[in-house]
Amino acid sequence: MFGEIINYFNYVMEYEYMQRAFLTSVIVGIICGAIGCFIILRGMALMGDAISHAVLPGVALSYVLGINFFFGAVVSGVLTTIGIGYISQNSRIKNDIAIGIMFTFAFSIGIIWVTLLKSSTDLYHILFGNLLVVRTSELWATFGIGVFVLVMIYLFYKELLVSSFDPTMSAAYGLPNKMIHYLLMILLTMVTVASIQTVGIVLVVAMLITPAATAYLLTDRLWIMIYLSSGFGALSSIVGLFFSNRFDLDSGATIVLTATSMFILAFIFSPKQGVLWRSIKSKSTKSLARG
Amino acid sequence: MSNAIHVEDLHVSYHGNIAVKDVSFKLDAGNLLGVIGPNGAGKSTLIKAILQLIPKDNGQIMFYDKTVKEIRKQVAYVPQRNDIDWDFPITVLETVLLGTYPKIGMFKRPKKSDKEWAYECLKEVGMEEFYKRQIGELSGGQQQRVFLARALAQKAELFFLDEPFVGVDLGSEETIINILKQLSSQGKTVTVVHHDLSKAESYFNKLLLINRELIGFGSVHEVFRPEIMEKAYKGQFAFMKEIGVSV
Repeated sequence: MFGEIINYFNYVMEYEYMQRAFLTSVIVGIICGAIGCFIILRGMALMGDAISHAVLPGVALSYVLGINFFFGAVVSGVLTTIGIGYISQNSRIKNDIAIGIMFTFAFSIGIIWVTLLKSSTDLYHILFGNLLVVRTSELWATFGIGVFVLVMIYLFYKELLVSSFDPTMSAAYGLPNKMIHYLLMILLTMVTVASIQTVGIVLVVAMLITPAATAYLLTDRLWIMIYLSSGFGALSSIVGLFFSNRFDLDSGATIVLTATSMFILAFIFSPKQGVLWRSIKSKSTKSLARG
Repeated sequence: MSNAIHVEDLHVSYHGNIAVKDVSFKLDAGNLLGVIGPNGAGKSTLIKAILQLIPKDNGQIMFYDKTVKEIRKQVAYVPQRNDIDWDFPITVLETVLLGTYPKIGMFKRPKKSDKEWAYECLKEVGMEEFYKRQIGELSGGQQQRVFLARALAQKAELFFLDEPFVGVDLGSEETIINILKQLSSQGKTVTVVHHDLSKAESYFNKLLLINRELIGFGSVHEVFRPEIMEKAYKGQFAFMKEIGVSV
């Protein structure tokens, strides 16, 4: 096993396409992990899933118009967010229902456009990712998105923290909660776009919430949670890519399964939240009570 | 001097149902106001509408002759307990530190002096030894004291608390009400949504009685009278007298 890991790193060093795959997936792991913390703390896991699906029509259209698919994705992501907000604020339809309606709508439009427009895009690659065809320009784009997203989180950390924890207080002292929500949605769209090649649209949500949830089980401090989550995201990418490479499997699936494995470990062994210590603790308190 | 809070003809509705109707009152600085009324009478809705956290249909609200936008940084708000996610990864001291955010401004981080100030506020409510704890590890009363410390950290002029005594032990309740009384004696204006009538008389110097519409507003002895209370509580009030709630 150890030898194989060495081989893997040699392989990565040797082939440029592997380097690009490696770097892209590590960047994606980091930014998904960071933004994912806010997604789960704001109870927006479904929204994460929705926005990632909702970029599809934008991506399809961008190919036809010959523009970078990043722009199309952001536009369709933001339009979907606005649509969801409009429906839930102007009717008795609850937010999760509005999300369900809007993102499946956008996704369906996307599927039809990709098919009708017979663009050079391969639907399968958009849905499930294909790390091995990452071009150098795309690696740079991912890097740019990554830096931008992390800088935004750094700059607006205070506002993101207070509006996630106590939105009534933040509104009372004058923070524009809605703007912060849309900022987060724009960042989420950008992260999704960056993730398309790594894990694909369908599995982005796992990269957003699983490493963040793992970190959530391990710490009581938000900033530590963000670092841990980014670390778990990056590690999932590295280990997932190894298995993908070794057994010739889809990288998206192996990366997500790695992230899930880490979650299961934390779920069982986390010192404070893990089910194992919890059951030991409750048994010892019971025996104390008896004794 | 201008009124600390001046509400004129306030109407609020939710999806076509009237929640608050025709409320007007003027409150001077330095008062400790209790907002009382039966369940579902629109007490929380009223203070949220006053702060324009929810949209109103109609009405004018001024604070010291200014609009709410101009005085937002002078507002400290303590939400209802069940509005807070107690599993949030945040410690006691970090929670109080949030109170310094309004005056720190964009892109800046709290400084050492802000942290010291937050710690002072924790001391004020007697919670300093818990500063490292995650907020969910505290009892209800301790949690409420931490949120009061956060409000103190804001150095605000106007305080709004939504049901601060729900799920709170007697000791914490006493600490909280004493601090609120102290604030009002320093000229701050404190508004508290409260549903426990047995203590309303001793806690507040002014009362606002509401059941969708304004039923009574004034000093405690003006409002806390059977014939007025009866109007808001209908049959319930006679029943409460029977079970020993003093009026």
